[in-house]
Amino acid sequence: MSTNKRVFDTNVQIVKYNVLKEVIRRAYEGGLEDAYYEIPKVICPGPKPQIRCCVYKERTIIQDRIKLAMGGDKNNPNPVEVIDIACDECPAEGVMVTPACRGCIVHACQDVCPKGAISIVNQHAVVDKEKCIECGKCAKACPYTAIIMQHRPCMVSCKVKAITIDENKKAKIDNDKCISCGACVYKCPFGAITDKSYVLDIIDMLKKSENNTKYNVYAVIAPAIVSQCRFGRPTQVVTAIQKLGFHQVVEAALGADITLYNEALEWKEKGLMTTSCCPSYVAFIEKNFPELVKHISHSVSPMIMTAQLIKHSDPTAKVVFIGPCASKKAEFKLEKTGGAIDCVMSFEELQAFLDARGIDTVDCEDTVLDNGSFYGRIFAKSGGIVQGLLDVAKDLNVEGLKPIVMSGIDECRANLMKLKFGKATENFFEGMACEGGCLNGPLCITHSPRNIVDVDKYGNEAKEKTIYNSVKLYEMTKE
Amino acid sequence: MTTIKVCVGSSCHLKGSYDVIEAFKEILKKYDVEDAVDLQASFCLGFCDKGVVVNADSFEGPKVQKLGDDILFIHNVNKDNAEELFAKEIYPLLNL
Repeated sequence: MSTNKRVFDTNVQIVKYNVLKEVIRRAYEGGLEDAYYEIPKVICPGPKPQIRCCVYKERTIIQDRIKLAMGGDKNNPNPVEVIDIACDECPAEGVMVTPACRGCIVHACQDVCPKGAISIVNQHAVVDKEKCIECGKCAKACPYTAIIMQHRPCMVSCKVKAITIDENKKAKIDNDKCISCGACVYKCPFGAITDKSYVLDIIDMLKKSENNTKYNVYAVIAPAIVSQCRFGRPTQVVTAIQKLGFHQVVEAALGADITLYNEALEWKEKGLMTTSCCPSYVAFIEKNFPELVKHISHSVSPMIMTAQLIKHSDPTAKVVFIGPCASKKAEFKLEKTGGAIDCVMSFEELQAFLDARGIDTVDCEDTVLDNGSFYGRIFAKSGGIVQGLLDVAKDLNVEGLKPIVMSGIDECRANLMKLKFGKATENFFEGMACEGGCLNGPLCITHSPRNIVDVDKYGNEAKEKTIYNSVKLYEMTKE
Repeated sequence: MTTIKVCVGSSCHLKGSYDVIEAFKEILKKYDVEDAVDLQASFCLGFCDKGVVVNADSFEGPKVQKLGDDILFIHNVNKDNAEELFAKEIYPLLNL
């Protein structure tokens, strides 16, 4: 795969990719110590700037990106960070009347405003910021579309209001509120918020394994990966990953099967439960609904479960998770996951890694990939857990499930609010921080509506139509 | 205690490794060696073209799966030949 084939959605992703690729290439071919000086000049050769005011600013931003590609601020536990200098200090005026206002006689804006915040001064609409509640009705009503809502894309994308503007007008992330969902990473049009990369740690791990002789390095891949293979088949991507030096590729869907089984049994005991597989969603509950924490399932996430299975059969193994998720980069370091996962790589990073090593998936042969069942594989989409759970419950003779699917933090908040105040009629809550589920994760290479089709297709291709055999495997590890 | 590892990697899975596990469970019961054998599943043991691969390790060996004289690999196991292979290759190794 090469970038000129347009594998990424945005130019921001391409910049990030170019930096990562260059860093990874140097980690293998040498020259990493000169990365800060040389890479910016490679990516921004000048003399004319590409997007910013001058080439020097562009290069400085690239330097900051290199820092993040090499691990970022070690003292900041949040995998998502703001690159101060890249933040373009976007205006955030809220409702704004543009010069397109003609001062018409109708002044629909004034009529529609529920707070009486609009007055007409010198034949021009004026908004009283004190009264305005930013409902946006005026913007919709204006026949000249002269009223706009000016918000920072990062702040709009952040559903937990963790992003504020500091005294220098730069975006600032409040770690106490942030759930590391990564929405802002994908949404900032200047690429000023980005995820840290641990890819150098992974390279180190692979090198020290001495071709998997000292210990084996496994790659656990998230089911969302099938929607990311625009060039080449998923089975070719498996071969490509192995060519990077991984001993074996295992599907996280296997762990997902077991998570489903555990959750069905756990629900039977508790009667009221919410899922634990999305680390951002779990963090959201912990930070906003502490009284509901007791309802979070105690089953570990599919990522952790798969890693535990691997380490049971191969105790010295190292396990790297490859997924679409920024939050997993925080989850694997949490104490509660017990070091099951050794490192996390994003799909974007995987693409950079493959290209830096000159591995073209299209040229790779097929390697079979089949560990999880149909249900484990559709975990990647919103609603997948509930779909699986209902069937598992039927098999286990668990009755009385009333599930609800919550896609995106806004839906999660609304339904958890109902639960908190005893208004919820459901008793099983599936929560995912990304709208649509993991297949829309922030670190996906593409965010196409086609992703869901790919995930369903992949699910149907699974040899196992039930989770029964995966569970057997799990039972064996317990004996 | 002898450890028998049945490969459940992708390739062996498609060739029916879960059936082999079931078969071995039955066999261990039949030969009354359930206490002497620890039946485990393992991810890829190599030799994907010769699955299902079963690994019987009767020695206190290294934990990393390596090819060596002290580790026995049995290839092309399926639920029908499992018993025959067990009797021939594994049973004599058990420290009964």
